[in-house]
Amino acid sequence: MNYQVDEKGFYGDFGGAFIPEMLYPNIEELRLNYLKITAEPSFKKEFMDLLVDYVGRPTPLYFAKRLSEKYKTKIYLKREDLCHTGAHKINNTIGQILIAKRLGKTRIIAETGAGQHGVATATVCALMGLECIIYMGEVDIKRQAPNVARMKMLGAEVRPATSGSKTLKDATNEAIRDWINNPENTYYIIGSVVGPHPYPDMVARFQAVISEEIKAQLEEKEGTEFPDYVIACVGGGSNAAGAFYHFLEDEKVQLIAVEAAGKGVDSGESAATSILGKIGIIHGSKTLLMQSSDGQITEPYSISAGLDYPGVGPLHSHLHQTNRAEFIAITDDEAMQSGWEVSQTEGIIPAIETAHVFSVLDKKQFKPTDIVVINLSGRGDKDLSTYIDYFNLH
Amino acid sequence: MNRINKKLQEDKKLLSIYFTAGYPNLNDTSVIITELEKNGVDMIEIGLPFSDPLADGPTIQASSAQALQNGMSTEVLFQQLANIRESVEIPLIIMGYFNPMMQFGVENFCQKCQEVGVDGLIIPDLPLEIYESEYKELFEKYDLKNIFLITPQTSEERILKIDAISDSFIYLVSSSSVTGNQSGFNEIQENYFERIASLKLKNPQIIGFGISDKTTFQQATKHQKGAIIGSDFIKFIKNNPVESIKHYINNLL
Repeated sequence: MNYQVDEKGFYGDFGGAFIPEMLYPNIEELRLNYLKITAEPSFKKEFMDLLVDYVGRPTPLYFAKRLSEKYKTKIYLKREDLCHTGAHKINNTIGQILIAKRLGKTRIIAETGAGQHGVATATVCALMGLECIIYMGEVDIKRQAPNVARMKMLGAEVRPATSGSKTLKDATNEAIRDWINNPENTYYIIGSVVGPHPYPDMVARFQAVISEEIKAQLEEKEGTEFPDYVIACVGGGSNAAGAFYHFLEDEKVQLIAVEAAGKGVDSGESAATSILGKIGIIHGSKTLLMQSSDGQITEPYSISAGLDYPGVGPLHSHLHQTNRAEFIAITDDEAMQSGWEVSQTEGIIPAIETAHVFSVLDKKQFKPTDIVVINLSGRGDKDLSTYIDYFNLH
Repeated sequence: MNRINKKLQEDKKLLSIYFTAGYPNLNDTSVIITELEKNGVDMIEIGLPFSDPLADGPTIQASSAQALQNGMSTEVLFQQLANIRESVEIPLIIMGYFNPMMQFGVENFCQKCQEVGVDGLIIPDLPLEIYESEYKELFEKYDLKNIFLITPQTSEERILKIDAISDSFIYLVSSSSVTGNQSGFNEIQENYFERIASLKLKNPQIIGFGISDKTTFQQATKHQKGAIIGSDFIKFIKNNPVESIKHYINNLL
């Protein structure tokens, strides 16, 4: 089975570039150049140097002793939370801004939900001295105030998306409209493995550094490159794409994608796209999508702002359809309890998105000899107010 | 002959009007169509509302959201159009995003279009390549003209490709923008219109985006076959009764 994108931009039935003609020249420019640019030695060197010296890579692969004892298996945590800006998102923004520069673009736009991708984009724009405009849903601006302030401090302009449901999907719509209105000088840094081809493949390749490092680190610690399980959360799916990437073709490595069930898959307030979604088109990609029977995109819900995307990247739809990855949905309550447990057991406060992943430890039976790698995609600083309210820590 | 192509043969500049189905009120659709024809409009684009219209500006976003809230859907639109051909002859084009059509079933959608007397489709997010490989035959089977967009950024090579696959008219987007974003044309745009005219394409072009009054209509039709008014008409119909469409059109012609 092949899990790479084909020449037309599809993963099996999913993907492609369903874009209005106004975007065609920009997407085509990117499609024709992204592999060429990223293969250049000067690009590779600049990318790697920044990942090492600026982001702080490689991130540790940490053996979680107490969690391992509790769940009677070998649990390793890939510490993406230790990346500069607090999550894996910056791996991608570093890569894309280097592409933007090589394409001669001077103005950067991006969408953000929880604000992590917005912060990661604002950071690299400051680093490169480029103009930066971040679209963020009006509702998210209110509930993610610290990240809004960080973006402003980094020199970005944060523009509220006031259309539709005023959240991530609408911020993405606004960013796309901005690109239609500014086709010549602007580059759009998409934050996940979503959007029209070549974005899903390009973002997956930049995040693939995660699984590349896991392999080398496991070899050193366990004498094998291959874990038995890799587990990661999926909103759009960029951290999972990165954690899975170098294991996709090795079917002996079991991949588990964790979605947000919100208040329960059947509650009407959920973001479990693989269960609730049907094939459709969102933001230029054919993929699993939460929608009404009439094809109107519905608003997902999760306590974590980073998982409430109504679609999922086309690679993940393909992994789901082919059963290459197992999809498990975790509720708000389960995730919050796991966040608490990991904080108390390992001294690591995870982002609520990431907290969902740990709930799988209760749901699956692992063998004592299994090597289970959990991608700890982000840290929980940004979620403190949600944790405080939930656990009444006032 | 398809009504669009018949209309394109007439020796006049064509005025086309876009409106969002189900807006401002759910059941305005057929009344608006009838009024537009009666008052001398040449062609109509019926907007099938979508929750995430990413090529549209605030006006059409708002009308789409309102229409959906009013209860508009693909199913309802076809019900409203079921008897439309008993009263009007004007070419009717459905303009909408691809996802609702996919959910309805693309063949089912095409078949319904033919049944009620729709002549063509404009689907901004169905790209040329996918249309050609997957849907062209289907559209032709139901005698639906698929209308493609070109923009100031579209390369000549691609324009020629679009011209080759088209069989009615080409929708010439006047500027790099979403809908409803500008008024009036500058020299750059006029040069662009002239450049496209000089390509002597087999399909006539109709200009959309940025037309809102008599002056812009005349500018747009200097070199091209016609022009489409969308956002400006939506703004008008929001605040005026259907009966006053007559005055709106009279001011344009």
